[in-house]
Formats: sequence, C-alpha cells, structure tokens
Amino acid sequence: MEKKDIIQSFKDSLFTGLIALALFGPIVGLRTASKGEGLFITPQWGVVFLLVGLCILGRFLINLNSARKTEITFISKFTSKFSAITEDKAKHFAITAILFAVVFPFLPFTDRYFMDVAIMILTYIMLGWGLNIVVGLAGLLDLGYVAFYAVGAYSYALIATTFGWSFWICLPLAGVFAAFFGILLGFPVLRLRGDYLAIVTLGFGEIIRIILINWYEVTNGPDGITGIPRPSFFGLPFKRSPDEGETSFHLFFNLEYSTMHRIIFLYYLILVLALITNYFTLKIRKLPVGRAWEALREDEIACKSLGVNPTNTKLTAFAIGAMFGGFAGSFFATRQAFISPESFTFIESAIIVAIVVLGGMGSQTGVVLASIFLIGITEMFRDLEQYRMIAFGGAMVLIMVFKPKGILANRKPTILMHGEKK
Amino acid sequence: MEYFIQQLVNGITLGSIYGLIAIGYTMVYGIIGMINFAHGDIFMIGAFVALISFIIFGLTGVALPIILLLVLLIAMLFTACYGWTVEKLAYKPLRGSFRLAPLISALGMSIVLQNYVQVSQGARVKPMQPLITGGLEFFKNSDFIVTISYLQIFIVILTIILMSIFTYLITKTDLGRAQRACEQDRTMTALLGINVDRTISITFIIGSSLASVAGMMFVLYYGVIDFYIGFLAGIKAFTAAVLGGIGSLPGAMLGGLLIGLIETFWAGYVSLEYKDVAAFSVLIIVLIFFPTGFLGKPDIEKV
Repeated sequence: MEKKDIIQSFKDSLFTGLIALALFGPIVGLRTASKGEGLFITPQWGVVFLLVGLCILGRFLINLNSARKTEITFISKFTSKFSAITEDKAKHFAITAILFAVVFPFLPFTDRYFMDVAIMILTYIMLGWGLNIVVGLAGLLDLGYVAFYAVGAYSYALIATTFGWSFWICLPLAGVFAAFFGILLGFPVLRLRGDYLAIVTLGFGEIIRIILINWYEVTNGPDGITGIPRPSFFGLPFKRSPDEGETSFHLFFNLEYSTMHRIIFLYYLILVLALITNYFTLKIRKLPVGRAWEALREDEIACKSLGVNPTNTKLTAFAIGAMFGGFAGSFFATRQAFISPESFTFIESAIIVAIVVLGGMGSQTGVVLASIFLIGITEMFRDLEQYRMIAFGGAMVLIMVFKPKGILANRKPTILMHGEKK
Repeated sequence: MEYFIQQLVNGITLGSIYGLIAIGYTMVYGIIGMINFAHGDIFMIGAFVALISFIIFGLTGVALPIILLLVLLIAMLFTACYGWTVEKLAYKPLRGSFRLAPLISALGMSIVLQNYVQVSQGARVKPMQPLITGGLEFFKNSDFIVTISYLQIFIVILTIILMSIFTYLITKTDLGRAQRACEQDRTMTALLGINVDRTISITFIIGSSLASVAGMMFVLYYGVIDFYIGFLAGIKAFTAAVLGGIGSLPGAMLGGLLIGLIETFWAGYVSLEYKDVAAFSVLIIVLIFFPTGFLGKPDIEKV
C-alpha cells in the first residue's frame, strides 16, 4: 500500500464521517421530548460522536483492506461451506432436531419460560414453512401473509365462541377459510408481476386488519375476542376441577394437576402441525404441481410456452400457503385464548418474510435455523426490542447484498431429468 | 355544495403532499425498475428533520417566512443525505441481482429506518403547535362556511413552485436529459460517457428532497407525527404513482391529486373509519385492471 492510497482512503473516511454526521446529527443528536406543553430538545452529542467515529473507523478499515471484494469472497466462502455441510448432513440434522424437539419438554432445565419460547419459535417455523411454499417454491413475494394468519385465528375464535365446536373441527375449518381467502385474493392478482404482487398482498393484509378493527359487530373491534376455548386432549379438558359429568386430563391419567400439562400438550400440537407442514411441502415438491412451482420461479415465460398455466399453478401455491397460515392462526388463537387486531400488523408479515429470506428461500432447514436465531436468541434480549427490529432489517439488507439467495441457498430443482450433474 | 367545495380544497392539499412523495417512487422506478419501499420512511425522516428545525428556529424568534425557507432547505439537505446513503448501501450492490432482491432489501431498509427513528426520537407521538394560522372564509351566508386556510394555500403554491422547477430540471437541463437516457438504456448511456451511477444517485437525492418537503408540509398540516407515518403515506403515494402511470412524472402528480381527492371524499361522504381501505382498494383495483395507469407506457415483457 502506497502513501497516496492511505491519504486517499483517509480522505474517503473523512467524507464518510461527514455524511454520518449529517445522518445522525439531527435525528440522533437532537432528541425531541414533550415537557408540559410543546416539545423540547435534548441534545445527545456523545452518541452522535460515537456513531460518527465508528463510521469513520469502519470505512477506514474497509479501505485499508481494499476490502469489498475480499469481504464478499470471505462471506460467500464461509456461507457456502456452511450450506455444503448442512446439505450433506441435512437428513441427520433433521432427525436429530426432531428427536430433540420431542424430548425437549422433559429435559431437566426446561421450565415454563423455555416452553413458551419454544412454542413461539415453532409457531414461526410453521408460518415460515407455510410462507416458504409461496415465496421459496413458487417465487411469489407475499407481504401480507399475516392476513391469512389473522383469518385463521379469527375464524377459529368466532366459530369456537359462537357454536362451541371443538378445536379439532375448527382447525380444519380455519384452514379452509384461510385457503378460501387465499384464492379470493390470488385469483385476480396473480397475473401481476412480482413486485406489484408484493405491494398488492401488503395492501390486502392491511385491509383485513382495518376491517378487523372496524367491524365491531363481528370482530369486537380493537378489543378483540376473549374467552376462546382452550384445546382439550381429545375430549379431556385441562382443568383442575372438571364440570359435572366430565373427566379432565389429570384425573383420567391419574396425574397430579399441573398447568404444565396444557403447555406441553400445546407444544406437541404445534410441533405436529409444523411437521405436517414440512412433510407436505417435501412431498408436494416432487409432484407435478410442485415442480411447476419451481419451474415458474425460475422462468415464467418458458413455463408458459411449455403449457403450464401460471395463474392456476400460482393459485395452488397461494391457497396452500394460506391454508397453513390459517392452521397456525387457529393454533395461535387457542393458545392465547385472546386475539385482537394488534397481533396481525404488517411487521408480523415482515418478520415471517425475514425468516424465509434469511434462511434461504426454498430451504426448509434454513427456516428452522432462521426462526431459532431471530425469535429465540432475540427473545433473550427482550429489553432491546427496538434494537432487535433494527438488526432484523439490517440483516435483511446485508443478506441481500452479500448472499442474495439466503444463508442456506437451495434453489436446486427437487427432481432432475438425468440425475444430478457432477 | 359548500361541503363539496371544502372537501375539494382539502383533497387538493392532501393530494399535493402525496404527489410530492409519489415523484420519488416514480423516478426511481423509471430509472432502475425497483419499488423503493423505504421511500415512505425517507418522507418520515424529512418530517422529523423539519419538526426538529421548527423547534430550534421557534426559539430564536425569527420572522415566519424566513423560518419556513430555512426549514425547507435544511430538511431537503439532510433528508437527501438519507436518500443517497440508502441507495449506496442497500440498492447499488444489488443491480443485476434477481428481481425481488432490491425489494426485499428495501423492505429491510424501511424496517431499519422506522426503528432507528423510534429508538432515537422515542415512540410517542410528537405534537407541534400550528405555525401558520387563519384563513379565508367563503359562503358566509350559508349554513356551511368554506374555509381555505393560509396553510393550504401555502402548501399548494409551494407544490406548484417545486413542480415547475422540477419539470424544468427534467426536460431542459443536461441532468434531466441524462436521467431520461438512463431510463431508456443504461448500458448505452454509459457508453456515451454519462456517469450512470452518479445520475442514479442524483435521482435518489431529488426524490428524497421532494419527499422531505412533503414531510415538512405534513408536520405543518397535521401537527402530529410519529415514526410510523411513513408506512401509510408511502403506500398511498405509491398508489398515486401507479395510478398516474409509474415512470411518468406528470402522472405522479396527477395520481397524487386523485388519491388525495378519493381519500377526502371517501372520508367525507362514505366512512371515516375505512378511509385507508379506500386507498388500498384503489391500489389493488388499479394494479389489476389498469396496471399502466393514466399516463404510463405499457410494460412489455421480453425473453
């Protein structure tokens, strides 16, 4: 490295610092706060100088490494090694993971909090797998997936509270309703190009939420629906003292009553639901319709000329993805026993999309890893909620810049005509 | 009738704000073919910069027109920095990547900006005392008095001035010519010795500064902002851009006005609760039946 280069990169870093000062100066440096009447400004120059300093230093180091290129190769080398390993071991990994998931509730360190987090992670895994059918396999970016989650949750809640039907009848019904909404939306919009489709689905998600907020007669507005029946163990409720003529779970199996029973049951319920989603996806990928999805994702025009009907094919992906979203929604409703439109905001859709994108669109294992990472690890830093979202968004940008196909890229066709080329 | 005129005035004011944001969408779409999802949040940042500068200048006691001018320039300058940085960080490395990559990256950027402002400025709603008060009253003899506030006049006139400058910039100057050339064929433009990267950067800078003016108007007009305003305003402005024909600059303004009018009339005559549904429904209907909009060119898919 010559002296000239160093001076050059030094100047460049100073320029970066100047820009950083302009960026952070007003927004971070001058914090507005209400005091009595009107707003006042509290300066926070320390933070600004810290951030600007970091930017200058970072830029200088990157320049010193003349780094951009080496950085990219480093990251892609690392991730490709990673995905190569996981691809070889995918089967072992899957079996180990499932075994671990099965024994997890009985491990000595597992307590209530761990179970709750695990249930949440599994819900997101299921949603991720459901969305993966739409985004990963069919290549349709759906930014309103939470709408189907909401439809599932509300149809479960409404049916269960109005008619008092059991969970096992309402669950498939909720799935059917969500799939129906998927078709309703999908039918007109699936002819649209990818980025328009993304915006339209986003609009649809918001419309559903606004309707849920304002349609008091049915949805009870922002107050939400309370008293949603808890699931029963095939007819045996989890109650300490069952009603007349009923046997509850702990009495039937002669166990001592514990609230953990219900939690463990919910855990297995979502585990089974998620695994069904996964199994279904793995199987349907090998069927003609699944292969048509993958082909459409790669080249729509070629598909059209080979006689694949793109609208119908996309519609099946959309409806099936929506159906699993609906299942997950009714699980959510029965677990919470309370739902309100607040649980179904756009940010929820964004989180699910982030999970699928970070995991690598089309990779089932990737979704699991991304969910554990995004939900599980960040759950431990609950206090840093807002920073968590910054990290979410930042990770989405970084992944797109350095590894656009996700950490575990899996865009290989599931079936090849003459076996895999060596 | 009086009520109708009042709604018309309100709609045009709102439409000016949407139109200014919509230009950012349509320019970026025209030049690099991506939906800049973070543009709504750039608008939000513009509103915050404007709010902060209003508070600072409010303490100095300078005359109102000077304050307005200064805030306008400051908001444009600082927000343009954001637009420029976002493009450099999140979109430039993605040219030539697969089609949805920039959209996902923009989505990430939007989440980052929203939460960044939430962390640094707090999540609570920021109220501001009205600066420009008073107005002209019409139909004083009837039951319903139509009021056109000075603020509304200011917003509409400022929009017209900016639009004229902007139209001149695009149609008459070298910069505008370079920009239109990039829209048609980037490779060929580069071969002719035009710095394509710089042209794209300038596009983002212009788009962000116009959005920041819209942000300033929003602060003045509504008097409250929070970190979340960019989402809805962004979607509506995008709808406006599509309605007018994405890629077309007069179309963006026209679309903005239409969306503003549709929203106010819907809120005034049909239902206030569902006013956002109106905007979203228009978006969906336009995209399905009318994807080229009023002034857009048909999009031909090539192999």
